[in-house]
Amino acid sequence: METQKQAVIAIGGSAGSLEVLVRLFSYLPRNFLFPVIVVCHLHPQDNGGLVDFFSRRFPHHIKEAKDKEQVQSGMIYFPPANYHLLVEQEKSFALSVDPKVNYSRPSIDVFFESASEVWTRDLTGIILTGASCDGARGICSIKDRGGLTIAQDPGTADSYLMPKAAIDTGKVDKILSVEDIGLFLKSMA
Amino acid sequence: MTSNEVENLEIQLLLDAIFLRYGYDFRNYARASIRRRILQFMKDQRIAWVSEMIPRLMHDESFFEEMLRGFSITVTEMFRDPSLFLALRENILPLLKSYPYIKIWHAGCSTGEEAYSLAVLMAEEGLGDRATFFATDFNDTALEKARQGIYSLDNARQYTLNYQLAGGRHSFSDYYYARYEALAMKSRLKEKITFANHNLVMDQVFTETHLILCRNVLIYFNKELQERVIRLFYESLTHGGFLCLGMKESLLFSSYQDKFKEIDSKNKIFQKLSG
Repeated sequence: METQKQAVIAIGGSAGSLEVLVRLFSYLPRNFLFPVIVVCHLHPQDNGGLVDFFSRRFPHHIKEAKDKEQVQSGMIYFPPANYHLLVEQEKSFALSVDPKVNYSRPSIDVFFESASEVWTRDLTGIILTGASCDGARGICSIKDRGGLTIAQDPGTADSYLMPKAAIDTGKVDKILSVEDIGLFLKSMA
Repeated sequence: MTSNEVENLEIQLLLDAIFLRYGYDFRNYARASIRRRILQFMKDQRIAWVSEMIPRLMHDESFFEEMLRGFSITVTEMFRDPSLFLALRENILPLLKSYPYIKIWHAGCSTGEEAYSLAVLMAEEGLGDRATFFATDFNDTALEKARQGIYSLDNARQYTLNYQLAGGRHSFSDYYYARYEALAMKSRLKEKITFANHNLVMDQVFTETHLILCRNVLIYFNKELQERVIRLFYESLTHGGFLCLGMKESLLFSSYQDKFKEIDSKNKIFQKLSG
């Protein structure tokens, strides 16, 4: 029997994806009913800057993910700078200071892989613009566990490397413009 | 069972096997991180199934030792989070100065970078001579590196910058010799620290401690184990003693939350309340 689908959205981008995220969030209704977790490469000394940046612009509940905190619907989470973000089976966040992956901490691969083990086919992974190959392995992990995978159309990205690396794995379901990703988010809500 | 559930079961069996055979207890580690380290170790060793490792670690101690190193990789640096060291220098060490004798415990010191940072701080603030300073970890390989106090010279620039941000009063290069590619801590600093093996999961309290540093260790434990370790710290501290956690750690989910006062919320410094 089909149990009710609990959608979870995981987004990966580099520091250059801030502008894209601003456009995406503007499609998200105020009372959306799933968790959105955004892993964005940023400067190690950033102290809650991203959360402040987006909280000032959007009415949504936006916060930094805390260790052992239960993941809740209707929230947008960012990992703290200089920590990897993972998820436990009981759907709570876990932080780690393990070595950087793809020169990044937080790493998109680390989060996507961990999240895909917990949410399997309920998880949607989205890769945005970025100049690295972080996220490609994570996309494979999501696809292999039955989740949905989306990459920003590299032709519309400031930096095409990250979406292209994801697409080159052959595990991306949809290649979309920012507007179409936004409409997809809106349709989920 | 889904393949995920099978893998989780294998991990549980593996952790049970490690505990029963070698006495190292990872069963209450935060599962997501330990799982990632196990899978990473398997990838490096070209092992397909988690349960394949059980017979190997039963009969091959060197295989287990290698695994243990993989489980306890920690990344640290000198004066990591300089604002904490500045807060210790300006707000905490002056309070400790009023004691004739002070005891400091750095739990989970790994390869020792933060222990040396604290030793520098104590020397500069005039506490070096009346302090006993224990730095502990469960990983003997890391402890050996800590005792040697030899680090890569590549990081010297970052460490110097951190030292300055932490309110350094001299030049960081006063504290080490640069040789070849290495940065070797001076012996006058080394002899201030007693590096010792201690496992937070099963070992006992350090009595009458005035300051405990345990940073980015609790995030690797589940709630039950966190609770045990926080109790251990509570019982080890003198009344009014201080506890420093990692920048993203807290006492939020602990029953000991009310027994401490958060005196620096940014740098996560807590003070044990009396009674």
